[in-house]
Amino acid sequence: MTEHLPALQVVIPLMAAPLCALLRPGRIAWMLAMTACTLCLLIAALLLERVLAEGVISYAMGNWPAPWGIEYRIDTVNAYMLLLVTMIGAVVMAFARPTLEQRAHLSKRKQPWFYTTYLLCLTGLLGMIITGDAFNVFVFLEISSLSSYVLISIGRDRRALTAAYQYLIMGTIGATFILIGIGFLYVMTGTLNMLDLAARLPAVADTRTVRAAFAFLTIGISLKLALFPLHLWLPNAYAYAPSAVTAFLAATATKVAIYVMLRFFFTIFGAQFSFETMGLDAILLPLALAGIFSASVVAIFQTNVKRMLAYSSVAQIGYMILGISLVSVTGLTATISHLFNHALMKGTLFMALGCVSYQIGAVRLDRLAGIGRTMPWTMGAFVIGGLSLIGVPLTAGFVSKWLLILGALERGWWPVALLVLLTSLLAVIYIWRVVEVAYFRPAPEDRKIGEAPLVLLIPTWTLALANLYFGLDTSLNAGVARLAAQSLLGVTQ
Amino acid sequence: MNPEALLLLALFIPLLSALFIAANDAHPNRRELATLLASLLLLGVVLSLLPVVASGARPTVDLFEFASGLPLRLSVEPLGMLFAAVAALLWPLNSLYSIGYMRGNQEQHQTRFYVCFAIAIASAIGIAFSGNLLTLFIFYETLTLSTYPLVTHKGNADAMRAGRLYLGILIGTSIGLLLLAIIWTGLIAGTLEFTPGGILAGKMEGPTVAILLALYMFGIGKAALMPFHRWLPAAMVAPTPVSALLHAVAVVKAGVFTVMKVVVYVFGIDFLAVTGASQWLIWVAALTLLLASIVALTKDNLKARLAYSTVSQLSYVVLGAALATSMGVIGGSMQIVMHAMGKITLFFCAGAIYTAAHKTEISQLDGLGRVMPFTFGAFLIGALSIIGLPPLGGSWSKWYLLMGAADTGQLVMIAVLIISSLLNVAYLLPIVGRGFFAPTPAHDPDTAHHPDPHPASTADNQHATAGSPPPDGNRIHEAPLACVVPLCLTAFGCVLLFFYADPLYELLATIVRTTP
Amino acid sequence: MQILGLYNYWIFIVLMMCGFYVVISRGNLVKKLVGLNIFQTSVFILYISMGKIIGGTAPILTETATVYSNPVPHVLILTAIVVGIATTALGLALVVRINEAYGTIEEDEIHAQSEDEAL
Repeated sequence: MTEHLPALQVVIPLMAAPLCALLRPGRIAWMLAMTACTLCLLIAALLLERVLAEGVISYAMGNWPAPWGIEYRIDTVNAYMLLLVTMIGAVVMAFARPTLEQRAHLSKRKQPWFYTTYLLCLTGLLGMIITGDAFNVFVFLEISSLSSYVLISIGRDRRALTAAYQYLIMGTIGATFILIGIGFLYVMTGTLNMLDLAARLPAVADTRTVRAAFAFLTIGISLKLALFPLHLWLPNAYAYAPSAVTAFLAATATKVAIYVMLRFFFTIFGAQFSFETMGLDAILLPLALAGIFSASVVAIFQTNVKRMLAYSSVAQIGYMILGISLVSVTGLTATISHLFNHALMKGTLFMALGCVSYQIGAVRLDRLAGIGRTMPWTMGAFVIGGLSLIGVPLTAGFVSKWLLILGALERGWWPVALLVLLTSLLAVIYIWRVVEVAYFRPAPEDRKIGEAPLVLLIPTWTLALANLYFGLDTSLNAGVARLAAQSLLGVTQ
Repeated sequence: MNPEALLLLALFIPLLSALFIAANDAHPNRRELATLLASLLLLGVVLSLLPVVASGARPTVDLFEFASGLPLRLSVEPLGMLFAAVAALLWPLNSLYSIGYMRGNQEQHQTRFYVCFAIAIASAIGIAFSGNLLTLFIFYETLTLSTYPLVTHKGNADAMRAGRLYLGILIGTSIGLLLLAIIWTGLIAGTLEFTPGGILAGKMEGPTVAILLALYMFGIGKAALMPFHRWLPAAMVAPTPVSALLHAVAVVKAGVFTVMKVVVYVFGIDFLAVTGASQWLIWVAALTLLLASIVALTKDNLKARLAYSTVSQLSYVVLGAALATSMGVIGGSMQIVMHAMGKITLFFCAGAIYTAAHKTEISQLDGLGRVMPFTFGAFLIGALSIIGLPPLGGSWSKWYLLMGAADTGQLVMIAVLIISSLLNVAYLLPIVGRGFFAPTPAHDPDTAHHPDPHPASTADNQHATAGSPPPDGNRIHEAPLACVVPLCLTAFGCVLLFFYADPLYELLATIVRTTP
Repeated sequence: MQILGLYNYWIFIVLMMCGFYVVISRGNLVKKLVGLNIFQTSVFILYISMGKIIGGTAPILTETATVYSNPVPHVLILTAIVVGIATTALGLALVVRINEAYGTIEEDEIHAQSEDEAL
């Protein structure tokens, strides 16, 4: 049984998805979806444990041996990512049900479909992570993308529809670019298996086709991960999607895209080709810095808190790309660590906002007046997430900030280190705008709202406490992240 | 009990008491009893560590690994012991005083106040006992965050603005500069441990030493070196016990303590003396010292004047560190203790005056000393200690600082120190003079229109709120007992410190002596 | 000669650019989808032509044939075609919903309405 865990990781949510569509009422469907998510989390934890103990797991899908068949290949990097995605998937799934049922957001008939789509999205994300086959990445990418377009369009605001449409156009262009890139690679090597590609590419590396493939893949993936200036789809999509969807996508979708980027640049093309021959770091570094800076500044001026956090996500993606552009073990560790930490903090923040909008139906900054007193637990979680975002010690965010600055200083990049620190002060400003409104402005007299229900608070606080826990125990988000970085760079301990 | 366990206990007593206080929101008596008990317990624990450290032992506990080879480490050495002792000694007094003040002024959110206070104390203990820079930084930040709700306690627009400045400067400098300095240090030295004699000697040279020192000195915003001193006067909107916490017990003391610790255990005074990297710092400290004193002269608000006085007094410590001589370090470290005792007395008095008479401006204090003799007497003692006159504790730190300045041949600095003492006299003593010798105003013009709503209940005047101040000076009595007792005790402490400065000197001399 | 000989790749490039241009330049949401379709179709042609081997037959084992076309890209692109259809269907469904919500499918008019909402 245990040797089939890699397949089950993807198959369980894939099978549960259509079943959910058949089940009525929504609550039963939710129970199935929740079970599937929990099982996924369990499997991911088992896989990580096995990878750490025994090394890389290779699984031949359908018993077709690689490189002909599709290989599922799990090393430290993707075992870590699997755990991250399934963890967020499970927590947000627990959070999702009450927000859907509230004020007839989705009719009873439609609720099971939400869980179906959600599980499909999860399937796609997990598939992208686990697979060792380049084309398979594209297929799973489209599964997750298509379902995330649907999830975003569920938003209550009609602007959710245009946001989903915009994302669909941009996302499809990105995916098609990736498809072209993979096609070119296939033309030159005749293989799609990642390891096989990595072995055969150096022989043909100095051709225009391979370079074109590299360019197409870079742009395509950058679109999916919302690298500045290809991030335009993100703020609207996050701002108008339902809270649970935003929490889920913000914490996972862009992270998985970054994982794909790491895979292609480091495993398939190899760090030497990507960074020395093609000079990718010279492009990524300025884009990352520009993204961090501009998105942080824009975030300060937002009136919609969800949108503000969406821009903050663009900035945070910049930090991760910055780590990649350092091309060192420490830099890469910072990226991989921040993938995890950012998922925790943004998950917390968006879920706390979800609690707010559940109670008061809006997330405009001025409507948040006084909720620090009326919803102390919700805002408590928000503050923890915010502190983590700023990178205050004892939160997860501090770990990644520490690593990133260490990485920059190792390379002797003074101004970069300084900029990273200065921009985290911008985060102080936009987080504190919310805190001040919530705690210092009096609540309107006529509003009678209380704390969010426990079913929402429990998942929110689970992630909030995870922020604190992983700020103390860094064996996963720094220790394993370092192992992952070493394996990507091919450095042996 | 072995010293390692005591060390952990010192950190966890305030933390656990915070939990207990939070759980007893509905029972003020139980809540405040818990605060008092915890503070006394902490005092006992810290004092029982004192002989251990004095005998030369350095108990060390690793909490957990932050990253490989980078543990969160608690370790006691004399300097930290001293700071911990100050914090632990003043916490019970401050708690007692808080109870009197908070009840007397019927403040809101008292539970939050006590919880944050306990966490702040825990952070201060953590800073005092931190074994490496990372640990220190972590507790430094928790101290900032836990005091933020205290500074903004009143919850109005003023408090919000003050909080903004407070957080902006403290987080800004610590994340923007201090963190950078720490990571840089780690990269160069390969360690973040506090080591006698420093960890940087021989690892770097030239102007970069001065740059790193600048990152540290300005990064430690809590030391209120100009131009990063603005948060301290702004934070005056907070209730007086909080000001006492900020100025005497924990926050600024944590700042100058960090400065001392960095200079002694990271750079090493010999290294600084050889490279001359701290020369510029002497001048910045001297400038801050004089400018802040001059600004203090212009302030009529009592607490604002005291705040600028703190900015100035802190620079004595920084100056001592910057002199990079053993006398300078001893004088500076002693100043941490002496100033704490003196300044807490002054703040307690300011709070007592506010609680009893609702006066905040110095010009309103005429004749008040005659009705509040204990308060003003204590104020006089505290002021004299701050000025540095014998027989009060403050004279010792000033004396050693002068010796330190003389050691380096910095005649200008000797002049600066003397001028500054004169300025101290000029801004502190008139307050006492007004209280005792100025004639009492016939009646208070502000309150003349409001006849006393409860003429029968004179006892209630102690609990008067801002809305119904006592109608005239004759009705004013001493503040509640819980306020007056602590301030008398701290004033007495100032005297005591003069006579018992020798053990302090002995303790501190070891940190300079162990320098290889 | 070589340039002309690679005409199938030229078609791919031209189609791709046409499609891309339509997506960017048109304000009508349906036309954008049409452009997106052309864009995707061009990639199908890329994959199909890369699997073709001149003189090769369909990859069915017979005794007469010795040269076969590579079936893998064709199979791959079947998947991509399915994805393309799903994308188009979803896109059109969104357009229908947008039309219901805004009463228009012109991008600038929708934008104007959204601006009003933001104020």
